[in-house]
Amino acid sequence: MNRFCLAIITLCSCCAALADPARPGGAATVSDSGPNAFSLPSANLLPSRKVDFSVGNSFFRNPWVTAPSSTTARDGLGPLFNTNACQNCHIKDGRGHPPAVDDGNAVSMLVRLSIPAQPGQENLLQQDGVIADPVYGGQLQDMAIPGHQPEGKVRIHYRDVPVTLADGTVVTLRKPVVKITDLAYGPMHPQVMLSARVAPPMIGLGLLEAIADQELLAQEDADDKNADGISGRANRVWDNEQQKTVIGRFGWKAGQPTLNQQNAGAFAGDMGLTSRVHRADDCTALQLSCQQSVNGNDAEGYEVSDKILAQVLFYSRNLAVPARRNPGDPAVQRGEKLFADAGCAACHRPSFTTRSDAAEPELASQVVYPYTDLLLHDMGEGLADHRPEFLASGSEWRTPPLWGVGLTQAVNGHTQMLHDGRARNVLEAILWHGGEAEKSMSIVKTMPAADREALVKFVESL
Amino acid sequence: MRRALFPLVLALAVAACGKQPADPVPASPAAPPPAATAATVKPAAQDEAAVRPVINHYSDIALAVFSDALATAQALQQAIDRLVAEPTEANLQAARTAWLAARVPYMQSEVFRFGNSVVDDREGQLNAWPLDEGLIDYVAADYQAALGNAGASANIIANTALIVGEKALDLSTITPELLASLNELGGSEANVATGYHAIEFLLWGQDLNGTNAGAGNRPASDYAQGGACTHGHCERRAQYLQAAAALLVKDLQAMVAQWQPAADNYRAQLAKEPVEQGLRKMLFGMGSLSLGELAGERMKVALEANSTEDEHDCFSDNTHHSHFYNGKGIRNVYLGEYRRVDGSVLSGPSLAALVKSRDVAADLLLQQKLATTESALQTLVDSANNGQHFDQLIASGNASGNALVRGAIDALVAQTVAIENAAKALGIQELNPDTADHSF
Repeated sequence: MNRFCLAIITLCSCCAALADPARPGGAATVSDSGPNAFSLPSANLLPSRKVDFSVGNSFFRNPWVTAPSSTTARDGLGPLFNTNACQNCHIKDGRGHPPAVDDGNAVSMLVRLSIPAQPGQENLLQQDGVIADPVYGGQLQDMAIPGHQPEGKVRIHYRDVPVTLADGTVVTLRKPVVKITDLAYGPMHPQVMLSARVAPPMIGLGLLEAIADQELLAQEDADDKNADGISGRANRVWDNEQQKTVIGRFGWKAGQPTLNQQNAGAFAGDMGLTSRVHRADDCTALQLSCQQSVNGNDAEGYEVSDKILAQVLFYSRNLAVPARRNPGDPAVQRGEKLFADAGCAACHRPSFTTRSDAAEPELASQVVYPYTDLLLHDMGEGLADHRPEFLASGSEWRTPPLWGVGLTQAVNGHTQMLHDGRARNVLEAILWHGGEAEKSMSIVKTMPAADREALVKFVESL
Repeated sequence: MRRALFPLVLALAVAACGKQPADPVPASPAAPPPAATAATVKPAAQDEAAVRPVINHYSDIALAVFSDALATAQALQQAIDRLVAEPTEANLQAARTAWLAARVPYMQSEVFRFGNSVVDDREGQLNAWPLDEGLIDYVAADYQAALGNAGASANIIANTALIVGEKALDLSTITPELLASLNELGGSEANVATGYHAIEFLLWGQDLNGTNAGAGNRPASDYAQGGACTHGHCERRAQYLQAAAALLVKDLQAMVAQWQPAADNYRAQLAKEPVEQGLRKMLFGMGSLSLGELAGERMKVALEANSTEDEHDCFSDNTHHSHFYNGKGIRNVYLGEYRRVDGSVLSGPSLAALVKSRDVAADLLLQQKLATTESALQTLVDSANNGQHFDQLIASGNASGNALVRGAIDALVAQTVAIENAAKALGIQELNPDTADHSF
C-alpha cells in the first residue's frame, strides 16, 4: 500500500461514522431513559441550533386556537379537527394509544376514511392515494370549533382472539372493532373503508429521511425472486412540492414522501390548519359550513406560516433516538440472535448509513439502527385494514422502526403497539404478524418460553 | 382571519396580550447546554475542600435572593392593601411600582429553578405564563376564548359559582387556597389564577396596544367602592388581588425556608450530595436558563411568531427587565456575587474562582460572554427606556428591533458554549442531562 492510499484510509477512518448498535442514532443519540427520553434534541446539535429546536418544540407543544384570535401566530384551528396541538397525540413525542372502550373521544388515535376507486379516478388516486369519502373526507374529525358539528364519534371495542403457542400457552389477543356513531353530516358512503391509526413516536424521523432512495430501492424484491417469502416494495406516493410521484417513507403505510409533507398533512388533517404544502382544510364539497368558515391566514395566505412549518420540520427532524440500555446483557444478546435466526431482521433491517448530504448536517453519514427497511409488506388478513393507500394494498404495512420501543412504558405509560394499538405488549405484536411474516411468527410460536422471553427482552432493549 | 375584510377586528384582536391557551407552565426544563464535543479531559475527582464552600455559597445566594423576593412581595402586599383601602390612582401607581420592584429579585431567582426541582415545582404557582386572563376578570369585548378552555371565560371575579364538566365549583369566597386550586382548571395550563402575572393583570389590565407603544391601563376605580366602581364586582376584585398577594407571600416564605441553614430542608439535602452533583446543578441551571428558556422560549419564540402573546411580562410591558434580571441571575451564580435590594453586596467562594484555578482561559471566556450578554440585554432595557418596549421590538417589519432581540439571543447562545466549556474545565463532561442521565 502506498503512502497515498494510507493517507486516504486514515482520512476516511477519522471521518467515517462510528457503528455502535448501542447508540442507534449515531452521533445524534441521547442517553436518557426516563419520561423525557423521546423529547431531547440530537446530541450533536450546536447550541445555536438547540435554540431553534426549542422554538420548534414550542410550536409542536402549544395549542392552536380558533381564528380570529389575538394569538395570530397560532390561530386557524379547524373548523373540523382531531386535536389542537401536535403534542396531544404524539404524547411526550412518543406513541399514541387507542381510546378506552366506549370512550367518547379518540384524541391520540384517528380513523382514516376512503372508498373504492372508480374508473376515471386515476388522477385523483395518483395524487391523493385514496378516494376520500364524499361527505367526510379522508379522515374522521371528532372535534369542531364552536358553530360547527364534529363529524362523529369513534367507538372502539375488542373481540378476543386466542392464540395457542407450541408449549400450550394461550395468549389472548384483542382485535379492535371500530364503529362511528353520531354522524353529523348524514350517512357515509356505503362502501366506506375505515382504518384506525395511533400516533407513532417522533424519534429518529430525520435520520430515516436521510436514508438514500437507492438504499430503499436496492432492498425491493416485489416478486420474491430470492424466494425467501419476503417481497418488500417501497410505496410510490405524490410529492406536493415537486408535483410528482416519489418514494413513500412516512406513515403506517408509507403514504408520505417527506417529513415536511407529513407534518403539513397532520396540520391539515388533524388540526384543520393550512400551509403552503397542504393548502386546504379537510372540508368536503358537501360540508359547506366548513368550507365557509373564517380562516387564520397570515400574509402568505396560510394558517401555518412557512417559518413555523420550517421550525416544526427542524424540531421533528432532530428528536433524538435514545441509547439502548442493556445491549450487553447475555439474554438480550441471545434474543438478538433469535431475532435474526427467525428471519425478523429481513424486514426489521437493523442498520443503514445515512446520506452524506442529509438535509441537516448532524444527521449526515451516521450509522443508524432503526430496525426497519421502510418497505411495504403483506402482513396477512389479521392485520389488514382493507384500505389501500397509493401502492399499499389493504393488507400491506410499512415495517415500523423498532428503535426506542423498549422505552414506551417509561415515556407513555403503556406498551400498546401496531397501527391501531391493538397489541398490548411485544409478544402480542409479534403474534399478530401474518402474510410475509407468518413464517417468522410461527418460529416464535414454537420457541421454548426462555427463548421467547429472550427475544422479547432483545426487542425491549432497543 | 381575513385581514382584508376585517382590519379593525384584527387590530383589536392582535392587541389583547396574555391570553393564550396551554403553555406548559414552567416551560419544559429547557433545552440544556450542549454535550461535550471533544471528550478529552478526564473527569477530575472533585476537591471537596475547595468545592464545598462554593456550593454552600450558592445556597447563601439562593437564600438572599429568595429573601429579597419575599421582602419585596410583602411590600407589594402592603401596597395592594393600601390600594384596596383607598383606591386612588396614586395608590394604584404605588402598587404597580411595588410589583415592578418585586420582579427584580424574583427574576434573579429563576436560575435556581433548573437542576433544583424543589424550586421548579413551586414555580408554576408563582410565575406561570402566559395566562388566559378571561379566567380572572373582565376582558375586552373582542376577547377570543381559547377553544376547549372552559376557564377562558370563567371570570372568577364576576361569578360566585363555576361549572366545570360535571363539577360545580363554589367561588363565593375568594381565598388563596381557592385560587391555588383553580390553576390548570379543567386541564388547561393557560388557566393561571395565581402568581406574579395574575397580580400583574389585576394591576394593569389587558395590554390592548399589540405591538404598538403602551401597556395595560386599568383604572384605580376598578377597586372603588359603591357607585364609583368601574367594570363591576370591585369588592370581589379586591378580594382576589389580596388573596393572590397573600399566596405569593406564602409561596415565597416556603422558598426561603428551603434555603435556610441548619434546617431539615433542601439546602441540607444539597449539602449532603456529592460536590460534583452540586456543581452540575449550578452549571446546568445557568445553561438551561440561558439557552432553552431565555434565548429559546422567552425570546426566539416571540421573535419568530412576532407575537405579543409570547411576551413574558406582557400586561406591564416589563419584559426587558424580566429578561435582564434573568441574565443577571446567571451571572450571580457564576461570580458568587449578588447585589441585594438594599444595595449591599453578598459575595463569597465562587464558581468563577474555582474555574480559574483549573483553567484561566475558560474563566476568562465565560466572564467575557457574561459581560457581553449583560450589555446585549441592557440594550433591550435602554430601548424600553427610550420608548420602544420588547413587544414593539418583536413586531414583524421592525428590522432594527428584531436585530436587537436577535443580538441578545446570540449572546446567550455564545454564553452557553462558554458555560459548557467552564464545566469541562471542572471535569464535568456532557453537562447535557440527556447524556448524563441525571434527572436530579
